Parts: sequence; C-alpha cells; structure tokens
Amino acid sequence: MRFSLTLGAALLLASTAAMAGQGRLLATGGVSNIEGQAGGGIVPWAVIAGYGTRDQSGGTAFVTNVGTGDYNLTALGAAIGIDNRFEVSLAKQHFDLGTLGTALGLPGKSLRQQILGLKLRLFGNLLYTAAPQVSLGVQYKRNLDGALVRSVGAQSDHGVDVYLAATKLFVAGAFGRDLLVSVDVRATKANQIGLLGFGGDRGDGYNVEAEASLGLMLDPHTVIGIEYRRKPDNLGFAREDAWSDFFIAWFPSKSIALTAAYADLGSIATLPDQQGFYLSVQATF
Amino acid sequence: MKRACNWLIAATFLLGTATSFAAGPATDDSLYQALGGKAGITAIVNGMLNNVADDMRIVHYFADANIVNTQHGLVTKLCAVAGGPCHYDGLNMVDVHRGLHITPAAFNALVEDLQAAMTHLKIPLATQNRLLARLVPMRNQIVEH
Repeated sequence: MRFSLTLGAALLLASTAAMAGQGRLLATGGVSNIEGQAGGGIVPWAVIAGYGTRDQSGGTAFVTNVGTGDYNLTALGAAIGIDNRFEVSLAKQHFDLGTLGTALGLPGKSLRQQILGLKLRLFGNLLYTAAPQVSLGVQYKRNLDGALVRSVGAQSDHGVDVYLAATKLFVAGAFGRDLLVSVDVRATKANQIGLLGFGGDRGDGYNVEAEASLGLMLDPHTVIGIEYRRKPDNLGFAREDAWSDFFIAWFPSKSIALTAAYADLGSIATLPDQQGFYLSVQATF
Repeated sequence: MKRACNWLIAATFLLGTATSFAAGPATDDSLYQALGGKAGITAIVNGMLNNVADDMRIVHYFADANIVNTQHGLVTKLCAVAGGPCHYDGLNMVDVHRGLHITPAAFNALVEDLQAAMTHLKIPLATQNRLLARLVPMRNQIVEH
C-alpha cells in the first residue's frame, strides 16, 4: 500500500515537474536492473530512467525473473526520470527459497525486500561529452523477513547503499559499433544485495565494492554485454560470491525492452554454483 | 568469477585498442568514399531533409530556412567532416544555429532522421557510426545551453 502511494506521488511529481517526452536516443535509458534503477541487469548505470532530455520526464516499469533451479528471484518495480537529472525508483523482490526452504522445513518460503532508489546525475552526458556521465545513487532497502535474516546472522533488516556510477557510450567504439562502458563503486552492508539482510557476524561495517558493465550495440536495437558485481561477505554460515552475467537486450522501440541473460550468482546461502537464466521485460513511457 | 574478471580485463584492453583506432586521423577520405562520395552524401542529406519534413518534432525549426542554402550547407559540411574534397565556408556551427533554441531532444530527433536516411540508403552500420562519431563533438555548439 505504502509502495503504491509512494509510486503515485512520484508519478505526480514527474508529471508536474516536466513535460513527458522521449527525446533521447534508443537504448540510452538502459534497462531496469533487479533493484529498480536504470542500468544493466545487475549493475546500475549513470543513465536516468526513460528517454527524457533536460526538459522532459518519463519512466519505466519492469518485471524480472532469475531462476537457478534451487532458487527463484522475481523483481518488479518502476522508475521515474525527471529532466534527465533525477531518478526515483521503487522495486520489490521475492526470493523464493525453493530447495533450501524445503530443507529448512519451510516449503514455499520466500524472502522479500523493498528498495527505494534515488539517483542524481552529477555531470556529463553518456553520448555527447568527452567525460562520462556520472551519477550518485542512494538506495534504501528494507527486508520484510527480518526475523529469518537475523536468525542466520544478519545485524539488521534494513540498510542504505550509496554508489557512484560512471557510464560512457563510445560511438563506433569497437568493430564500428557503439561500445558502452560503465563502472561504479558502492558502499554497502547488504548480504546478497539485502535479500539476506544487512551486516553480519563476520562484519557490520560498510564495504566498498566495484561493479562494471560492458556492452556492444550490435545494431541500434540490440545490445550484448557482460556485467560483474562484487559483494560483501558478512555472514559466517554461508560464503557470498560476486555476481556476473552475459546479456542480450533488445529495444524494438522506445516503449519496450526485453533482456535475456545467463547469470552466475555463485554460492547463495550454502548452495554453491547458482547459475541460471535471467529474463526481463521493461515498459518505458 | 575469475572468468568474468578476465573477460572484463580483456574487454577493457580491446576497448583501448578500439578507441585509439576510432580516434585516428580524419585526414584520409575513406569515410567520404564509404558514404558514396559527393553523390552519396547528397542522397543522405536529401533523405534526411525529407524525413525532417515529416517530423513534427523538429520541422518547425526549418520553417524560416532557405532550403536550398540549408541543403548545400549540410552537404558541404558533411563532405568536409567525412574527409572529402569540400570546403565548408558557411557560418560556424554556433552562429548558424544561433537563436534557433535547439533543444537536446531536437538535436537527437535530427540524428534519428539522419540514421533513418542512411539505413534507407543501405549504408552499413559501421559507416553510419563512423560519421556519427565525427558529428558527436559538434552537438555542444548546436544545442542551446
């Protein structure tokens, strides 16, 4: 309820702040990552959601599913981009414990998390400035299954991530195709991006982690690439690994984007080698 | 994960190599030839202006323009930018767009009309992108700040 109210307020804000419009070039809004911001699939980029330029607003809504066989993660949410300057995003994640849930005597159990994201473009333009586009982002994450995540060692059911992202599109950068390079650094306490809570028995301070995406625009509608995201390792009961994926994103128009990926999520909550397909649909307005 | 890391490192090297090629000298006329010389560039400009005529987002920017001069200026400019044997002697990019209040969205709309014209003329994507890469730095002089 609070989720939809906040989203409604954000929509209202966007509609009064600027004219709707899609003045940016195709694919330059990225897709929706599993935490709701504009970016790649698992890594946020410095781009602002939607296709709005400095006097336009827009946004995105998305649904994403990642299945590893043992686990299933569904994320849905929306983002508003204002004046190609601010982004407000909301996402909700359901992490179905699957195999582990059954083993723990909790069949059908899932961990749920809500994420409110804010992003501010500090300077630069993805395409048109020599410097990359650089944005500062903040995420407030709230795990809705605090008792369970505390029982495995998490110190808190909520946390704040802060990240700085730099993204650049090199026109004709490689093989005559446009090349996207994005890196960011994130300060975080989140365990498995917050699905297993924040902080742990092995550490409760902020960790600074690196993330990166590399994409090649095969044609103006199609991007292929790879992503990599390092994560903290705060919980004693189970090792946590970096995440990575290979993706293909297809933008048939400025209204819709489809992403398919193969993701390697490493070890999650004692189950090793979690790999599987990632599928995402994004609507853009 | 090591695999992904190695991929990123390899790709970063590739990027460095690729961009140093992309930033190579504009002194040769290979792009001009790839675009089909003066005739090819004229067809691209005509195609783009046809697209603009139907483009409600930006057609009004051209309402007071002398279309013959505009067409000639665009062909000469693109020819010179592509390394062809043309000398653009019109106003510089700042002065020729002064007072038009060109927004970032309008600039991108023209880019889309140019891309559509080149695609319609079956110009290979790599050639299109090489031309766009040389136009990108001009955007700052064209868009109103």
